[in-house]
Amino acid sequence: MAAEKGMNITLKVWRQKNGQSKGALETYQINDVSPDSSFLEMMDALNDQIIMKDGSPVVFDHDCREGICGSCSMYINGQPHGPARLVTTCQLHMREFKDGETIYVEPFRAKAFPVIKDLVVDRSALDRIQHAGGYISVNTSGNTQDANAIPIEKEKADKAFDAATCIGCGACVAACKNASASLFMSAKISQYALLPQGQVEAKNRVLAMVKQAEEEGFGPCSNTGACEIECPKGISLENIARMNREYLSASLTSK
Amino acid sequence: MSESRGLLKSHIVKKYWMAFTGLFLILFLTGHLAGNLQLFMSGYAGQLQFNEYAVFMTTNPAVKLLSYVTYLSIIFHAIDGMMISIANKKARPISYAYSRPEKNSIWSSRNMGVLGTIILVYIVVHMQNFWYVYKFGSTPFMMNEAGNAPLLQDGTAVAGGLIENGSVFLNGENVGVAMKDLHTIVVDGFTNPILVGFYVLAMIALGFHLVHGFSSAFQSLGLNHPKYNPIIRKVGYAYAIVVPAIFALIPVYMFFM
Ligand code: HEM
Ligand code: SF4
Ligand code: FES
Repeated sequence: MAAEKGMNITLKVWRQKNGQSKGALETYQINDVSPDSSFLEMMDALNDQIIMKDGSPVVFDHDCREGICGSCSMYINGQPHGPARLVTTCQLHMREFKDGETIYVEPFRAKAFPVIKDLVVDRSALDRIQHAGGYISVNTSGNTQDANAIPIEKEKADKAFDAATCIGCGACVAACKNASASLFMSAKISQYALLPQGQVEAKNRVLAMVKQAEEEGFGPCSNTGACEIECPKGISLENIARMNREYLSASLTSK
Repeated sequence: MSESRGLLKSHIVKKYWMAFTGLFLILFLTGHLAGNLQLFMSGYAGQLQFNEYAVFMTTNPAVKLLSYVTYLSIIFHAIDGMMISIANKKARPISYAYSRPEKNSIWSSRNMGVLGTIILVYIVVHMQNFWYVYKFGSTPFMMNEAGNAPLLQDGTAVAGGLIENGSVFLNGENVGVAMKDLHTIVVDGFTNPILVGFYVLAMIALGFHLVHGFSSAFQSLGLNHPKYNPIIRKVGYAYAIVVPAIFALIPVYMFFM
């Protein structure tokens, strides 16, 4: 089946030994790719091909391969996670491309995302933003309160849930011309800001997370909307506006 | 523990100021355009009307105060915009070899700094063309329709009056400040096709700046609601097209009249 419909693809893949070395695009030819294979399966096949010729395989991040871990960061043909909407690289299929097409594969680019090797970047800056305030303090000493005991408006619960579907993949940063982490941050802030449990630490949360993002070197937000379009989870720009409101009231009233 | 960092220190606060000054400048443009519409009036009546308006704009204390706020807004907006643009560039020191930004954002939104710079250059040229000449340059003075008596700022004609150092003298006595003829400076200015072309170009840049800027300012201030977003977008687009278009029409109209 694959044999009759196999695609021939030219790949231009970013190869870089380590964080100190200068990388460059390298060209590979891969033939007979099944249109039904995922992009990562195609990359696996490429690596088999490279290993057979005693080369060093292209290093890339991946884990769940079902769109939930957020690790498969690749900038494919000029867009994070490739041309398809609402998918991660692992959910991207080769049928999105044309037979004979040249595909560029680069790491996510941001000052805050240094390249470790080839396509792998260090995205721990996002974790540090989360650590700065993306939590609520709950007593877990054995008499934990049932979260459902507090009534919550359905619409707010839904919006908080939507915000919480952010998988921290960093595509928003990769897509943004300013490498801004605003969409990520605003999702993490909103998922708490919308719920009563998040109110206790609300003020400090937004101030601390925004400060951390800046210290990590992420850029300011220009409201281009690229992040929302490229986000595999469809996180809305509404969250950034909410973050801006939260930040305004927090900075006006904080000591 | 306090995480507050003052009024200019964070990116988000920089964007509040950007939006706040930008929206103020949008209001200013609306008023400025309304005033400039008088340039479409022809003949002596139009000339007189415009020059009386110029006197009002330069002497009324409330207008003066507003004009200082406008200057401050422009300067603040430009400096803040440059700081933001520098931070933007810094956040991605190595760019992509191959990128398709047009797939996820409009051109204007990615070129606000360039568009703003064109507008800034325009503002400097525009101020030199008219504001500077009107205030400090050698301007012609407004006469009555027959052309034999100079006018005072309040519009009274002084038969037999002579103008010296910007004042009207009658029989050696200073009877008041003479009305300057800004209208003629404008008419003369727009006989230059290069200047007309530059004004049109700058207004196109302004239009593109506002195609993104108008709605962006609301988002920066946290005003994003599904109920109001469509109207903000529509009004923004309409404003970005109509206002710069009418502004641009003025020099073109005057060039051909
Ligand atoms: C009368 C003229 C102008 C008007 C009405 C205007 C209006 C606006 C508005 C409404 C915004 C959106 C603010 C936001 O995103 O929150 C904006 C953004 C911007 N303006 Fe202006 N502007 C003007 C002149 C200028 C000038 C002279 C510059 C000089 C460099 C400039 C540079 C910028 C930049 C860089 C941005 C984008 C900031 C970002 O990336 O977020 N603008 N402008
Ligand atoms: S907001 Fe979207 S694009 Fe950004 S990290 Fe979360 S899931 Fe990824
Ligand atoms: S590998 Fe987990 S989201 Fe792609």
